[in-house]
Amino acid sequence: MVGFDHADDAAVYQLTDDLAIVQTLDFFPPMVDDPYIFGQIAAANALSDIWAMGAVAKTALNIVCFPEKMNIEVLSQVLQGGSEKVMEAGAVLAGGHSIDDVDVKYGLSVTGIIDPRKIYKNVGSKVGDVLILTKPLGVGICCSANRVGEASQRAMDQAIQSMTTLNKYAAEVVRRYPVHACTDVTGFGFLGHLHEMLSNAHATALVYSSEVPHIPEAIHYAEEFLITGAAQRNRNFLEKNVQIEAGVPFGIEELLYDPQTSGGLLVSVPKEVGEEILRELRKLDLPCGIVGEIVPRKEKEIIVR
Amino acid sequence: MKRTVDATGLACPLPVIETKKALKDMSQGVLEVIVDNVISLQNLEKMAKQMGLSYTLETESDTRHSIYMTVGEGVVEEPRAEGREPEIVSGTKVVVLSSETMGSGDDKLGRVLMKGFIYALTELDRLPDKVLLYNSAVKLSVKGSDSLIDLQKLADAGVEILNCGTCLNFYDLTDELAVGSVTNMYEIVQSQMEAGTIIRP
Repeated sequence: MVGFDHADDAAVYQLTDDLAIVQTLDFFPPMVDDPYIFGQIAAANALSDIWAMGAVAKTALNIVCFPEKMNIEVLSQVLQGGSEKVMEAGAVLAGGHSIDDVDVKYGLSVTGIIDPRKIYKNVGSKVGDVLILTKPLGVGICCSANRVGEASQRAMDQAIQSMTTLNKYAAEVVRRYPVHACTDVTGFGFLGHLHEMLSNAHATALVYSSEVPHIPEAIHYAEEFLITGAAQRNRNFLEKNVQIEAGVPFGIEELLYDPQTSGGLLVSVPKEVGEEILRELRKLDLPCGIVGEIVPRKEKEIIVR
Repeated sequence: MKRTVDATGLACPLPVIETKKALKDMSQGVLEVIVDNVISLQNLEKMAKQMGLSYTLETESDTRHSIYMTVGEGVVEEPRAEGREPEIVSGTKVVVLSSETMGSGDDKLGRVLMKGFIYALTELDRLPDKVLLYNSAVKLSVKGSDSLIDLQKLADAGVEILNCGTCLNFYDLTDELAVGSVTNMYEIVQSQMEAGTIIRP
């Protein structure tokens, strides 16, 4: 139903007038040292697409790459973390597949259900919308800083709390309001996913850099150039569509391009309901914010001020 | 003096980190950094730009690129042997506010004094470079503060207003912050270490 034209988050197959299945899959190598936490993050990340579509998760299958020679206890902790998140999602872990590989990789294939009339597209922002981001940015930079031993415990704790939190809760809030577009912020970074959201919108997104929820230390790491190759790749791809106004700190700019693991939902909703949604989201205990608005098309598709 | 860092085979952010280390040891000269991919080269270019270093790029092949950064031109650092005085007169001026009150004694008076102090800062001919706020001083930067207008005036004039993140958290004011940015202990220490003058009311 949802084609590949707009790089949507998952595949949808309609069964009846009011029932469709949603399928998605994601897996990757560890970004944290603790195998149990890695399992939680990988599962939260793979499940996220389901909520970004407005669907409900039903079943999940493990995808595992694991070196034969490695301690099997590590794998059991990864799977433990993953299965707990599947359970928290209200889905059933129905099995999976593992292969021998030189490096550890883990993720899920998830199936969910949805009323096909109520699918959230990742495009469709309208002039007059506000943009809400439900998790802080900066987890990619924090993990990168952590790999070279430069991240503080506090920053990593905040990053882990954010990455292991299911987007289910934010989706349950957002679902009660009209939603024009919804996606989850992952590999393409905040600006990459925002760019997707604006395709065919003939509008411009104004991003307020001071309102972007973020992990405070991540700005500092960015300013210390603990930056990733992936963020630069995103920048190369997006730069022509983005105008960064003078006075926006370099650290924030870098954060906006930074790829996120298990990032938050980015939703485009009518201005009238923005504040109310934000009040509800704040109760979930993660930094979140109204990060911008959709205005009539200017020269550039995205303006950061 | 010319130095070379061979960062081929290293993934980001390691080339940048190795480069930063090398730059720290250099007061003048050219630093060549060799990397094996364009993305790393672009990240180094971004860093050179941010640090205000002039640089040139050279691409030998798809897997061999160099950036040459020139260190120590323009901003010439005074050699230390010439005495400490010039350093003190120049250098950054940092105002450290560690409490919402000024001086010790009656808190009500202390708050009035602090408001006056911050207002007086805005009237200076040469504004400070930074204002650091920690512990209860972060209450000065949040919505509803009497000093908000003056702090905003300073911020608009280019003064960095840096609020301690831990302290905002502690007082549960993170969402109420209305002026300046959030900082951490590293920056609080670094700003004071690098300051030419520190003013503590």
